[in-house]
Amino acid sequence: MSGYTLYKNARLLDPESGLDRIGDLMTFEGQIAELGDNVKAPSDAHVIDCEGKCLCPGLIDMRVFVGIPGADYKDTIQNTSDAAASGGVTTVCVQPVTDPIIDDMARVEFLENRAKKTAINFIPFPAITKQLAGKEMSEIGLMSKAGVKAFTDGNKAVANPALMSKVLKYAAMFDALIIQHLAVPELSDSGCMNAGPLAVRLGLPGIPTSAETIMLERDIRLLKSVSTRYHAAQITCKDSIDVLAAAKKDKMNITAGVAVVHFALNEYAIEEYRTFTKISPPLRSENDRLAVLQGLKDGTIDVIVSSHDPEDPESKRVPYELAETGAIGLETMLPVSLEIYHNGSMSLLEVLAKMTCNPARILKLESGVLKVGAPADLCIFDPNVPYKIDPEAMVSLTKNTPFDGRPIQGRILKTIVAGKTVFEYGR
Amino acid sequence: MSEAENTANIIFPHQHLLGIEGLKEPDINCILDLADKYVELNRKTNKKSDILTGLTQINLFFENSTRTRMSFELAGKRLGADVINMSSSGSSIKKGETLLDTASTLNAMQPDLLVVRHGNSGAVKLLSRKVNCAVLNAGDGKHEHPTQALLDALTIRRRKGKISRLTVAICGDILHSRVARSNIHLLNIMGARVRVIGPSTLVPESLSELGVDVFHDMKKGLKDCDIVMMLRLQTERMHGGYFPSISEYFTLYGLDYEKLSVAKEDAMIMHPGPMNRGVEIDAAVADDLTRSAIQEQVEMGVAVRMACLDILTKQKRQEAEK
Repeated sequence: MSGYTLYKNARLLDPESGLDRIGDLMTFEGQIAELGDNVKAPSDAHVIDCEGKCLCPGLIDMRVFVGIPGADYKDTIQNTSDAAASGGVTTVCVQPVTDPIIDDMARVEFLENRAKKTAINFIPFPAITKQLAGKEMSEIGLMSKAGVKAFTDGNKAVANPALMSKVLKYAAMFDALIIQHLAVPELSDSGCMNAGPLAVRLGLPGIPTSAETIMLERDIRLLKSVSTRYHAAQITCKDSIDVLAAAKKDKMNITAGVAVVHFALNEYAIEEYRTFTKISPPLRSENDRLAVLQGLKDGTIDVIVSSHDPEDPESKRVPYELAETGAIGLETMLPVSLEIYHNGSMSLLEVLAKMTCNPARILKLESGVLKVGAPADLCIFDPNVPYKIDPEAMVSLTKNTPFDGRPIQGRILKTIVAGKTVFEYGR
Repeated sequence: MSEAENTANIIFPHQHLLGIEGLKEPDINCILDLADKYVELNRKTNKKSDILTGLTQINLFFENSTRTRMSFELAGKRLGADVINMSSSGSSIKKGETLLDTASTLNAMQPDLLVVRHGNSGAVKLLSRKVNCAVLNAGDGKHEHPTQALLDALTIRRRKGKISRLTVAICGDILHSRVARSNIHLLNIMGARVRVIGPSTLVPESLSELGVDVFHDMKKGLKDCDIVMMLRLQTERMHGGYFPSISEYFTLYGLDYEKLSVAKEDAMIMHPGPMNRGVEIDAAVADDLTRSAIQEQVEMGVAVRMACLDILTKQKRQEAEK
């Protein structure tokens, strides 16, 4: 074998360049070697006929929680890798919400070393503040110089405005990306679902959308005097979309993400206290969901994330208020996102951009594109295969998906990382 | 009174009584009609019936309660059931056993009725999925307290002869009240007009989506009311910044004769108890026997709970007879 692999007769989809046509793509030594019509491969190349199926850059997921270190009963790094691969995800950005918390270079390296044994790319995001305590900055400078791509306090906000102001100023020196979880703790900590009529009916304490929007407005105010790269991890409501759109119009250096659940579900998914729908931020009203979809469409929102967060059954089989927050999502990210393509809201390339070239651009990665010399991280899928989401058929160790039984269209057939097939449907 | 005449024509199409939401008018009437008969029984010297003989009722209270637990206990005993009480203090619940493990354990003891109170909304529903017997919700978090709404309905029906088209004002901390939610659902199902009155921090505008009119001015809300339902102001809310002080609260929302004067002349006053005199209700109003139905509510509570225990085990008992 020469080490060349030729993917023939594929529908090549490159959101960055707008490429969408039938053609061939050849990989060599972990990179994309050639792409176009009738690519000539060496005689001993491994040839795969894609039969016209879609071939796009492997997906980059900017928000994934892992059980390593500290909670491997929920999930092992191998399991995260398997789940990602079966969802077409080739790069996973790990949130620092672990035990111990990833807040210095030694722990970043620990996770990177563990991840090397798996098939996909792991990018740890260390904490902005030591121990996620929101009191002192972690070593943003040292870690940036060592190659860390972004900082975040995961599912906690940097709530103290004085500290956040310093963080943004300090991070600017290293061009570090700061990813904020938008939630004013005093407004959100006591709640467990969206505030509103449904929360009143169910007798559950609510979290108002203002918890998110106030934090976003505050950060935008702080960002007016610095040039820091800032990313809002998850946008869930119309008010935030409006604020964000205005900031983007002012040419501010802000990007934003949304989790699949927030444009695919609204608060009524809670039904009779289904704890798998308890996530942070909470599922919002239908109006908010529609605004978020519109924000995705018009580019106000740059990135789709899975917000994959495995929780063991014990922490979910309790009353709603007491249940842990979090839902798995790596395996359902692409198929559920394809709903917006199937219903005509967005083109296939537009949807894929939110999970490939956009996160790559924000994180300054070389992947996320179909380009000669780029890493051969690829995903082959058939957007039209219909089926129902079955938690038992999922790879994830925990089955806390809120999409149980949802009819969807789109199947990942093959996932390739650095030229190697790491997942193949049916194998 | 034999069982045959008691429940002969009653069809109650639910396995459990978890809430008022989802019930229909005939379901509620069927409970109230039966409860009327139990009121008569309870007023006799011999209050004992034997219809639940051989059945086991477990009162499982994860939250402290004296009144409701006693009412359920008395109801079960008067019908002849073996009643066991289990409360959160000093039990396996304190030792960290999960709700569902407790449910499985109790279920293995083959109870016929589980009466459950829990501090979290939805917890009783969750538990009901794990057991084979009938489950009665004796209050779950801020969600529902169905037997309280039913006993209130029985009290109203007996005093006013009907429920439909009466104007009922529910006053106080609606936001945190399961009693209010169950009553709002029930009164709407029965065709009453429901108003809610209280400060905007405790009576949010979004309540109007439950089919009520929201008032923040008590006198406007009480105008021409047939029924005034006061809620207990829970002491833990008093320090939560929901309102500035008890004296301000009493001045604005405490029920006294002055505010009551705008309601109908024969307006009836209700309170689920225990009352905070001088906080949500003036002592003189509470003790006014011509207006206040507070003692009657307690009496109706036992009868309504007897009716619920009877109805929820009816099918099982009939099958056993065959």
